[in-house]
Amino acid sequence: MNTPPSSSSPPLRSSDEQLVGDPVRAPLFGYVLGLADDALVSAQRMSWWISRAPELEEDLALANIGLDQLGQARALLSYAGEVEGAGRTEDDLAYLRDDREFRNVWLVERPQTDFGVAMARLLVFSTWQCELYAALASSTDATLAGIAGKAVKEVAYHRDHARLWTLRLGDGTTESHDRMQAALEGEWPHVEELFAPVEGALVDPQSLRSAVLSRVEEVIVEATLSVPQVSPAIGGGRRGLHTEHLGHLLAEMQHLHRSHPGVTW
Amino acid sequence: MPHSAAWKIAADLPDPELPVVTIADLGILRDVTEDDQGRVHVQITPTYSGCPAMETISEDLVEALTAAGYQHVDVEFVLAPAWTTDWMTEEAKTKLAAYGVAPPGTVALALSVRCPQCGSLDTRESSRFGSTACKSLWVCRSCREPFDHFKAH
Repeated sequence: MNTPPSSSSPPLRSSDEQLVGDPVRAPLFGYVLGLADDALVSAQRMSWWISRAPELEEDLALANIGLDQLGQARALLSYAGEVEGAGRTEDDLAYLRDDREFRNVWLVERPQTDFGVAMARLLVFSTWQCELYAALASSTDATLAGIAGKAVKEVAYHRDHARLWTLRLGDGTTESHDRMQAALEGEWPHVEELFAPVEGALVDPQSLRSAVLSRVEEVIVEATLSVPQVSPAIGGGRRGLHTEHLGHLLAEMQHLHRSHPGVTW
Repeated sequence: MPHSAAWKIAADLPDPELPVVTIADLGILRDVTEDDQGRVHVQITPTYSGCPAMETISEDLVEALTAAGYQHVDVEFVLAPAWTTDWMTEEAKTKLAAYGVAPPGTVALALSVRCPQCGSLDTRESSRFGSTACKSLWVCRSCREPFDHFKAH
């Protein structure tokens, strides 16, 4: 019996094809893109807090932290475009890729509409970024070393900020303590993905693990909280596999640019 | 080596966020070179990676140099070596204080910040992050006035 021809299937996603502009430099492109997307997606999540933070000073702080991350993302995306060699600009990479082409970790893409969650996540993320950028600053890649040397001073402020809030909430009231602990429990499964091997990595992600964990755990203990004992989540962001939340984030972030292609201010 | 005419024009540009100081005072202007065809190449560096003033500064540079008769002006953003408040001139620090912004101290020295209003050292930080990425918010315990502090960085 003949099976009827299937209706024409949609073309396969082209993310992997687009990664091989210059095959030799493709791993470096993927690596830089991952770091850029971490910063970009985190910045977008941070911007949600503007006008919603518990106090005006915090509105300013989270806006500034997001702005620093956005600045880092812009420099990294421009460099990724240069490495790829296909003529894509920072805007092309930020606004014209679909979720499967993003390389960020899951840690940064999930909603963070609870202040404790935002601080728990920032504590982990900024501590990781601090160690990463410090190591990249002495990398043999001059462009990445320049971006990292600049950024490391900024993320040290972010870590300080997250540390102070973790102490204040953890060692605060019963309510703030419990919510900060719950926030840590929710973020912890996504910590390990930061240390997963990445092709083209100039700094071995695994080499950052013990320094990042000991610094974060030091703050947790000082805040009278306990280090969560939970299994890691699967992750997969570096391979373009994401939670449902990234698509929604991108829809909001990209819609203006996509609705008005090529428009400038 | 004495500065070129093009450097002097670039160096005189006020910072868009802190117009009492110039981009040379702040250490943002890194280099101005002019080739024998009269083409000018300017290098500037941001105080913070996400500093939104960089594009305005770049446009201001092109406008000022073009108005001075330079036909080809290009502006490059450089990140390395990373900007530090140590590059800020003493004159800039004096101007900032007079403007009401507490200037940065020397990096790695955690001294108290002097209130630009009344001069008191009895001040406290109310937020690490202020009205721009490069500043923090402080309050003076003596005169009770809030003020911005340019972060040592």
